[in-house]
Amino acid sequence: MKKVRIGAGAGFSGDRIEPAVELAEKGHLDFLVFECLAERTIALSQLRKREDPDAGFDPLLTERMHAVLPACRRNGVRVISNMGAANPRAAARETIEIARMLGLRGLRVASIEGDDVLHLKGAFRPFDDQPLPGNTTIISANAYLGADALAEVLDRGADIVLTGRVADPSLFLGALIHAFGWEKESWNLMGRGTAVGHLLECAGQLTGGYFADPGYKDVPDLDRLGFPLAEVCEDGSAFLTKVDGSGGLITLQTCREQILYEVLNPSSYVTPDVIADFTEIRFDQQAPGAMRVSGAKGKPRPRDLKVSIGIDDGLIAEGQISYAGPGALARADLARQILEKRLAQIGAEDPRIDLIGLSSMHGSPADSPAPYEVRLRAAARFRQEVGAKRLTREVESLYLNGPAAGAGVTFAIRENIAIVPALIAREFVTPSISMEVA
Amino acid sequence: MKLRTIAHARAGDKGNLVNISVFAYRDEDYAMLVERVTEERVSELFREHITCPVKRYFIPNLCGLNFVLKRRPTDSVTRSLRLDAHGKSLSSLMLSLEI
Repeated sequence: MKKVRIGAGAGFSGDRIEPAVELAEKGHLDFLVFECLAERTIALSQLRKREDPDAGFDPLLTERMHAVLPACRRNGVRVISNMGAANPRAAARETIEIARMLGLRGLRVASIEGDDVLHLKGAFRPFDDQPLPGNTTIISANAYLGADALAEVLDRGADIVLTGRVADPSLFLGALIHAFGWEKESWNLMGRGTAVGHLLECAGQLTGGYFADPGYKDVPDLDRLGFPLAEVCEDGSAFLTKVDGSGGLITLQTCREQILYEVLNPSSYVTPDVIADFTEIRFDQQAPGAMRVSGAKGKPRPRDLKVSIGIDDGLIAEGQISYAGPGALARADLARQILEKRLAQIGAEDPRIDLIGLSSMHGSPADSPAPYEVRLRAAARFRQEVGAKRLTREVESLYLNGPAAGAGVTFAIRENIAIVPALIAREFVTPSISMEVA
Repeated sequence: MKLRTIAHARAGDKGNLVNISVFAYRDEDYAMLVERVTEERVSELFREHITCPVKRYFIPNLCGLNFVLKRRPTDSVTRSLRLDAHGKSLSSLMLSLEI
């Protein structure tokens, strides 16, 4: 029976590169997928593209391609990634340059566009109960494309495919549709392929990343964590594994945690390709580090696509200061009281003061023993830079005007782009494909 | 006993929603999860983070429960002023639940 081996080379844009090289060299892969596009990243990329028409793709694309392309070419591994971000064509041009520089002539590099739907603002509809943003604040709008165009461009022989906003599991499903010739309305196959994609899309999160809890869940050799790969069968079942000798592990526990990661209703995981049902999924450990996954199902795909709208959300200002030794908590608390009064006078929206080491994540100081050192953090949103600067100055001023022995002030102001979800009918969105040879 | 003794958990995010999955280490403890890790108990534990009661889904195949928490609109991943804008640390709060 035909089997396809597909690896996860990145789970976010800043992910480690060595595990991807290890997979390209030793994974006996057919496809290597890099998922690098968080919700907000594409809005930031749109801003960079406006400044420079050749920019707007993933900032690590150049470094990643340099690292993995030689082994991918040597071993016949085809590469799929959303590192195109706001500018897949420019990403493809850059990749062709790199391939030529490395002497890898003949690679077919494709890009998929059409996810940018900013010009279709009028067709947006609210997502659940979330109101559409005002037109003036919108910076970008990208629809989540599915696996269709990706499968098509692989059918045409692309060795490397760069996309913008494509649903994460679709990056994997597209390769499987292409490799097996699956009918796109075979909903159970779409559901199984989506389950495989979903398990792999965060790379190291399947193999022991975001998992270790010493004494409860121990993970060997996290410093050289291996990324996962799936050997997928034509019926959509798969073996999950990683390169022999790499760090990390694949167990029932890592698989269970990852199949529900970022999932709301496990019987209706919505992607552009299918509504997948994970409730009857099964994991069977075949050997240490080899897990069989089967039993996902699917229902017909949704009529609408999700859109991520990037909006200008003003400025976020933040400042921190530390107190240590006897009475550290009492002094941090005095600093908090001072700041609360001062921030109330400068137009701070949603002001927030945390005591790091005590209550910055959750819980309340009353429940915790007094720590040896405490770091105060103040943060608030501002519409005007003058207010944002005031917050940072008020924190810095705690050196001379606050409690004794305040230390280690840091502060920052950043422009914040927020993401608001919306829906658009899928017939408005037309992916386009282009391909060039290096 | 804390939930951590018999279960492991992972938090994920979608906008201002956070999901926290909880799984029994041993299959035979799943029934105890169902009985003791209720929507009421979890809503109480997360009261400072949520705007409405949490929703619980059952995945007996995986000996797991999935909780969906709705946070304030200003507490979405891309807007939150919290250090933990994603809510990734909330799985640890879940495991602190006394059962």
